[in-house]
Amino acid sequence: MESRESRESRQSQTPLQFYSEPLPGVDCSELRGKLIVIEGPDAVGRSTQIRQLRQWLEQEGHAVLDSGMARSALAGKGIQEAKKGNTLGTITMTLFYTTDFADRLENEIIPALRAGFVVLIDRYIFSIMARAIARGEDRKWIEQVAGFALVPHAVYYLKARVKDLVSRVVLGRGAFDYWESGMDVRFGEDKFQSFVRYQRRLIQALDSMAVPYGFTIVDAMQPADAIFSELQRHIAALSFEKVNGAAARRGRRAARRKPES
Amino acid sequence: MLPNRYKGKLIVVEGIDGSGKSTQITLLSHWLRARGYAVAFSEWNSSPLVRQTTRRGKKKEMFTPTTFSLIHATDFADRLESYVLPLVKAGALVCADRYAYTAFARDVARGASRNWVRNLYSFALRPNLSFYFRVPLDVAIGRILGGRDAIKYYEAGMDLGLSRNVEESFRIFQGRILDEYEAMASDMGFHVIDATLSIEEQQRQMRQIVLDRLGEVLRTGVLRTAQKEDDGKPGIARIAAIANAAAVL
Repeated sequence: MESRESRESRQSQTPLQFYSEPLPGVDCSELRGKLIVIEGPDAVGRSTQIRQLRQWLEQEGHAVLDSGMARSALAGKGIQEAKKGNTLGTITMTLFYTTDFADRLENEIIPALRAGFVVLIDRYIFSIMARAIARGEDRKWIEQVAGFALVPHAVYYLKARVKDLVSRVVLGRGAFDYWESGMDVRFGEDKFQSFVRYQRRLIQALDSMAVPYGFTIVDAMQPADAIFSELQRHIAALSFEKVNGAAARRGRRAARRKPES
Repeated sequence: MLPNRYKGKLIVVEGIDGSGKSTQITLLSHWLRARGYAVAFSEWNSSPLVRQTTRRGKKKEMFTPTTFSLIHATDFADRLESYVLPLVKAGALVCADRYAYTAFARDVARGASRNWVRNLYSFALRPNLSFYFRVPLDVAIGRILGGRDAIKYYEAGMDLGLSRNVEESFRIFQGRILDEYEAMASDMGFHVIDATLSIEEQQRQMRQIVLDRLGEVLRTGVLRTAQKEDDGKPGIARIAAIANAAAVL
């Protein structure tokens, strides 16, 4: 059976492709960079990891772009504004975030991939999908809506239990966020109850995507350093263009081709 | 699209720019209101939640076909979730100037796949009546050029690079939209109105179709003030209601 390392390495060498709806005007063979996604529920420590990974990858000589939800030039502000009000419906929210994602994909992520960047993404379409599914929307609907996304080279799913998230929120920020508690749908009497039920549904939704979307599961309950080392190990196995390793890479490629001829 | 199981009804108008649909739906909604019905109006691209984003995107020409399609779907979803659906559930007649079919025609004319766009709007409420204002391209263009000072960038499909000339681009783009409308007209059950007829004649046809198709539910389901009767004479319904109440007592 193929080892995880060799599978990861092989996957990372095949050209990127779209899930179901190729974006017009994008030639995937031109996308030379790496697309790496960190997924996971709220308060699981994704942004800490992204920050460290970025530093590490830059030390290694890679150009890095990081991108996250509601940061698009087009829709970022609009989403922040909409979340302040009290009328943001589930479908509206889902589509607003999808608009934001599309804008970042077309105007930041794809150009960076074309230029050979490593693109680190803090939550991809899976979080948008999970939030919609946790709120009772149709899975097939949102999967097709988000079908114009590129299939990432790797998706690392920082997995945690709800009670761990609760202690992180309470010990960390010290308060439950309205949206992270799913209070727009009111899953419980108060923010705590709603948080627990909503996050449980969110985790279920993410879990259900792990196999079909090829997530690599990382235990988020380890200390941050241990998570980082594990992510480093995985990412190092993706075959990168090395700063000093072009010749070595050509050699490896030639070696792999030999048995076939 | 989801079938309408509610007391209220949804009436929509569709057609290319310059087909006269806005004029007609405004006249129709005024007529219905005058007959005492609870009438609400929803216009394409008018969600207060999304307006700033759409404005920014248009002003700075930031849209791609994908984001153009998605932001209009977001706008549509907000109007549906927070305005149209609650009112239809409550028993209002909602008149919509453009509906999901606008996206079916326009986004596909911009290059989005037909299946993707139709799935995108699958959460929409299926209208009870859809009017399509059929107009030859030249007539529509003549009306637009006569009535307004400039054709807007996205209206002309300038983002598609069809032509550097705005008028030429508009002509090509609206032509594609027209083709899409024509292709879906029978599938979507459009009531086709010949938009080259006089305004009065088109309105007469619309009202007749409303009475033929919705007559029954207009009498029973839809919210209505009691002051006015179907023949337009005020007061009779109320008098009858008072008489009935007295009889019960």
